[in-house]
Amino acid sequence: MSLVSLIKSKLVSPTLDEQLNKIRKPIGSLGYDPWGFNNESVKLGFSLSKHLYEKYFRVQASGVEKIPAEGPVLLIANHSGQLPIDGLLIGYALASRQENPRIPRAMIERFFPTVPYLGNLLNEFGAVLGDPINCAKMLANDEAVIVFPEGVRGSGKLYRDRYRLMRFGNGFMHLAMKYRATIIPVGVVGCEETIPAIANIKPLAKLLGVPYAPVALPAILPAKVYLNFGDPMVFDDAEIPEEDVTERVEQVKAAISELIDKGLTERKRLF
Amino acid sequence: MTEKRRPHILVTGAAGALAQQVINRLRNDCDLVAVDFREQVYLGDDIPSYCIDFNKRVFEDLFRRYQFDGVIHLGRIQSSQLTRMRRYNANVLGTQKLLDLSHKYGVSRVVVLSTYHVYGAVAYNPALIDEDAPLKSAGLTMDLVDSVELENLANIYLWRYPDLNITILRPCNIVGPGVRNSISTLLSSARAPVLAGFSPMMQFIHIDDMADAIVLAYSKNKKGLFNVAADDWVAYQHALKLCGCSRVPIPSIPPALSAFILRTLNLKSFPSYLMNFFKYPVVIDGRLFAKEFGFTPKRPLKEIFRYYRENKKPV
Repeated sequence: MSLVSLIKSKLVSPTLDEQLNKIRKPIGSLGYDPWGFNNESVKLGFSLSKHLYEKYFRVQASGVEKIPAEGPVLLIANHSGQLPIDGLLIGYALASRQENPRIPRAMIERFFPTVPYLGNLLNEFGAVLGDPINCAKMLANDEAVIVFPEGVRGSGKLYRDRYRLMRFGNGFMHLAMKYRATIIPVGVVGCEETIPAIANIKPLAKLLGVPYAPVALPAILPAKVYLNFGDPMVFDDAEIPEEDVTERVEQVKAAISELIDKGLTERKRLF
Repeated sequence: MTEKRRPHILVTGAAGALAQQVINRLRNDCDLVAVDFREQVYLGDDIPSYCIDFNKRVFEDLFRRYQFDGVIHLGRIQSSQLTRMRRYNANVLGTQKLLDLSHKYGVSRVVVLSTYHVYGAVAYNPALIDEDAPLKSAGLTMDLVDSVELENLANIYLWRYPDLNITILRPCNIVGPGVRNSISTLLSSARAPVLAGFSPMMQFIHIDDMADAIVLAYSKNKKGLFNVAADDWVAYQHALKLCGCSRVPIPSIPPALSAFILRTLNLKSFPSYLMNFFKYPVVIDGRLFAKEFGFTPKRPLKEIFRYYRENKKPV
């Protein structure tokens, strides 16, 4: 027995195997989809995330049932905490919900595909290069896609800027309008405290070819995470000027801001 | 009463396995003439076969003699063959000559075989690349310039001479019995190099399916540019595993080191300029061709890989 199948047999129970097989996924005969998602790897990822989600970050999620059971969905969230832990936790929350679980896809930073091992691993777990064409084709495939419109502006921000929403790109709104995708705003509280960074060494980041080089503890702190899913928002596909698109983006941003405030009020202590 | 004239078709690249499959599918209903740049092949008494350089004047005699109705241009010299210069002459200038003659002698249907390599392998490629995506490979490596130029040329002739009815096919990796391209060589070998930590998504099409696609493209008169690929995908290293190849990892960072190692090894099946195709995915969207031409590949990936696994040791 190979190492991978040994680990898999230890981690993935037959019930989980069956549970994940039942979820609809547009995959080919060998369990892959065009973006590198792999049905077998995702089972491993799911089991590992379970521990992180339940034991380490003790995630408290509310409103996950508001995500439609089918059709194109964009999960729009605030981004924070240097590493894409927020994406992983949102993904797990939807994949593990009792009724109509879905395996969402996450749009990731353009730098990841160039990293050996990690890039492929993220793809196998369902993460996809954050390209508008990828997002469009996935929405056309009726997938649920996690998007952080702040991008690296959000994940790379410093601890002193925590819970301050950075500028949102308009790309997601254009796609939501074109593909009539339902937008679910998500407020993430707690991820800011997982890797608090006090500074960003820009020359080092440039040298290494990475988006940012944070000065932070070399550890991920076990902050308690609150995920609040908001009410579905649907926008028509009318031909409107960019100004009005920005206005719509602001509506989503305001909804996320409210959800963050809700999470911050719910939170009694950091860890 | 005169019998209906059978279509006369010129098939180039006749020494290749794909052209022979296409010839076998068409020989009952058409009068074929086979040519190849590399060697003369015997294809039966009914099919005249020539070894000819398209750039030589005698090539025109074939057009005069046989009065072709159609041309199926499969004779593209692959990037692993010949020198860059000779490839340019054969692929670009040769194709230009072929298209000029086709126009001069009133050919009314042309099918040109290209490759998905023209899209180029970069880390920022989206998956399911459409036909209208930019062809990045010319900017990435000099060794694929001729492939891109061949396509550009075919595209120019496509709009300049609408009567030629040109259809350009950009297939994914063509594999299967008899295929001698670099990816087929890798899958059939006992050991194959991989770049450590990279296993891009790939698409494969069986040579029989590809031959069907070419014949279908020829028979339906729809000009344009089409990707040809099945709706099925597999990671490179997984494909090697299913073909029974043991993987030999090559350090992948820094990229200059991997390029140096590959240049030193000088493997025909894993040349340094194709390195990024084993690093980043180039996944094409074949749905337009499938829809327009009603094409469905019949051989699944498992069957393709079984062939390679069972034929590791040739008798």
